[in-house]
Amino acid sequence: MGTLASSLAEGRAEERLPDKKPLLTRAEAHAEAERCLYCTDAPCIQACPTTIDIPTFIKKIASGNVRGSARTILEQNLLGYSCSRVCPVEELCAGSCVYEGWGREPIQIGRLQRFATEQALGEQGLRALYTPKPRNGRKVACIGAGPASLAFAGTLALEGVEAVLFEKRAVPGGLNATGIAPYKLPAKEAVREVEWVLELGVRIEHAHVGEGGKRGAELLADYDAVFVGVGLGEDSRLGVPGEDGPGVVGAVDWIEQMKLDPKANGPLGRVVVVGGGNTAIDVARECAQLGATEVAMVYRRGRDAMSGYAHELEGARKEGVRLVEQATPVAFLRDPAGKLVGVRLARTEGGKPVAGSEYEIPCDLAVLAIGQAKLRAIAAEFPGVELDARGCVVVDEATRRTKNPKVFAGGDCVNGGTEVVNAVAEGRDAARFLIAEWSK
Amino acid sequence: MADLSIDFAGIKSPNPFWLASAPPTNTGEQIMRAFDAGWGGAVWKTLGDPIMNVSSRFGAVDLGTYKMMGLNNIELISDRPLEVNLKEIYEVKKRYPKHVVIASLMTETKDDWRVLIKRAEDAGADGLELNFGCPHGMCERGMGSSVGQEPKLITEITSWTKEFARTPVLVKLTPNTGDISEAGLAAVAGRADGLSLINTIKSIIGIDLDRMVVLPRVGDGSTNGGYCGPAVKPIAMHMVAALAREAGITVPISGIGGISNWRDAAEFIALGSTSVQVCTAVMHHGYRIVEDMIEGLSEFLDQRGMKSVNELRGAAIQSYKEWGELDLGYKIVARIDDQTCIGCQVCVTACNDGAHQCIFTGDEEKQRPPHAHAHGPAKPPRPFPVGLIAGARVPWIDEPECVGCNLCQLVCPVPGCISMVEVAGENPHETWNDRTRDGRTKLPGGIHD
Repeated sequence: MGTLASSLAEGRAEERLPDKKPLLTRAEAHAEAERCLYCTDAPCIQACPTTIDIPTFIKKIASGNVRGSARTILEQNLLGYSCSRVCPVEELCAGSCVYEGWGREPIQIGRLQRFATEQALGEQGLRALYTPKPRNGRKVACIGAGPASLAFAGTLALEGVEAVLFEKRAVPGGLNATGIAPYKLPAKEAVREVEWVLELGVRIEHAHVGEGGKRGAELLADYDAVFVGVGLGEDSRLGVPGEDGPGVVGAVDWIEQMKLDPKANGPLGRVVVVGGGNTAIDVARECAQLGATEVAMVYRRGRDAMSGYAHELEGARKEGVRLVEQATPVAFLRDPAGKLVGVRLARTEGGKPVAGSEYEIPCDLAVLAIGQAKLRAIAAEFPGVELDARGCVVVDEATRRTKNPKVFAGGDCVNGGTEVVNAVAEGRDAARFLIAEWSK
Repeated sequence: MADLSIDFAGIKSPNPFWLASAPPTNTGEQIMRAFDAGWGGAVWKTLGDPIMNVSSRFGAVDLGTYKMMGLNNIELISDRPLEVNLKEIYEVKKRYPKHVVIASLMTETKDDWRVLIKRAEDAGADGLELNFGCPHGMCERGMGSSVGQEPKLITEITSWTKEFARTPVLVKLTPNTGDISEAGLAAVAGRADGLSLINTIKSIIGIDLDRMVVLPRVGDGSTNGGYCGPAVKPIAMHMVAALAREAGITVPISGIGGISNWRDAAEFIALGSTSVQVCTAVMHHGYRIVEDMIEGLSEFLDQRGMKSVNELRGAAIQSYKEWGELDLGYKIVARIDDQTCIGCQVCVTACNDGAHQCIFTGDEEKQRPPHAHAHGPAKPPRPFPVGLIAGARVPWIDEPECVGCNLCQLVCPVPGCISMVEVAGENPHETWNDRTRDGRTKLPGGIHD
């Protein structure tokens, strides 16, 4: 473990949550790998946003060629370790496994990928398998040190490009470090992977890019290309009475503190989570696992309309999370001292509150998981970079290039918020485009 | 229930299932447990002058997660004093008079054979099996397979034993020979009453790549061992069948080699075996497997309307022909069932790389390879099949190019999904031998064309 990872304080709430899918033993991995049918034109590859050659890496585990297996994974996805733990495989590779249609258990692709990458990289990291080419004089800057930027910077560093990550947080890794459910990937592991990328020669500068910080114009002058991987902004608010004040917090904020701040490790009491996406389910599950006395998820539409994954909701319900459908908060209730004591809900129709249907439920904490703002200001730093109507950076699909030819972008700030593996694919594709361009 | 009892050269057995001479028949205590489980007979671990064994002794080949697809051993014959073994044979026969105990024997001089045979028969053995097969250790001392590889020695030693034996003499043959028929005929020439085959195959089971030492490792080295288990069954069946259809082989055969269940046993019996002997499957799963063997074989015989296992014996032999007698006009092609196909497309790669390039995917016409026999593109079926499970991933067969090789069916993980269907062939129903007789063996494109 490097200095970055070991600098994380002890006593953080996330450390109380055990790994839900621990590392397979060699025997378990071998047995599972032997089950793979080695499909032709395999559906799992097609379902993977980074198109890892999954049957090949699995067959290499079966033969005992674990380093080769890791190479097969990492050549498509340099963050294959965190993706193995974070990816919703039920919705992607494993969900498309032909065994599924046959009524059999799909191959545990995520766990096999973790086995291969964790075993092969171990304490040495990516340097166990890769030696970056000598520096070729090219320089790139990345804004943000999340998965998209890491994939971009790491891919280029291997080719001899000097890459610098500009990160405003003390802990790099983006949502991998600050936002992933701890029972999937604790922050220490996310930061360990960042260190592996840094060991390829990538550098971090702790600096904000924008007004009052490093300016876009400086980056454009100093670097051959700039990659924007800033993710999303502040948690959205409901705009209802009583919302401002202690006890009502944004989901992304709450998760970050639970993962990184030892001070945010107290008893949880009764929790209401507002929202129907995967962030909402994550918060609900984390609260339930951390010992909250009650967890209710409040969603303004029906279960079928939820964007959260069915397997995650199922997990939440098994952990005791109550789902309140067709309801929305219309006010947060506080005692005279300002302490949160409850939330007033209204039943909804078509997502809108129905007058006269209000009722109250008690709670000690309300977490709002209803979306995040877009970091629109970053576009203004770079002439030509455009945002779409949602506030997402507009790029060319294939090259990830913005309307400014020196500026590329990927991850949540482009796609509006999807999976880590999508961010990796986007960062990688931008890097591959530049490698091809610069070798012309 | 069909009658499973057999008469092997005068040895009556309640069923055809015998334990082969090996670790499962090392002691009387084991054999009595085996008889309690249902085994009809046991060939005792080979008797002779006691030997010394090494540690370790066994090595195996696994196939995926299936353990012991093939097993190899470097253990020698019984390492227990002869007197102890004989006392136990006496004890077993006293307690289980209707079960078969055959004494496997191995020694050198004629006088040794005389004494050994007398002592084994006095102990109550129902028959004798001469171990001319062991391919490791004993053969270095001029015994085991070093006898079985010399037809003259087989005849000579067998005839010695026949001078002394009062009970039937079975000769156990080694597969480590060029022509099994020659060995079998040599045993018959020595007046053997029956043949057992195959013994194990000379083999190196593997290498410990970390230590660079042959397996099974005995300190810093190892030796070639005897290979057995499911992997050797096809080799054993060929040898059993070769003897069963050899006119000069007039004695019963005890089939051995990878038999693990009643189906394997039925196949050996259909190829001419009177009894079958089992070792590896028992070493893997224990004596208990015989229950299913007895029940399964009975059910099978009942379903086939056979009253006795004797009716099954040799039933498939007439179908075992020379290549030259096969029907050149017979034609089958593969059909894929779109209701059960899971879309793995393993058949696609197998056919494309390993067979005849006639399985395609997708609903457009496909370019045939340049060496194809049929003209034009391969045409997908219309309407294009939409699989119940696999949707648009169900592959299709370019039937004009399909040679009916079976490979797709063999690799398909879904039982019954790919079937081989008889179609009208382009060639007349004739054999190569017919063509040879008519002088039509020259095909275009030969060496001198």
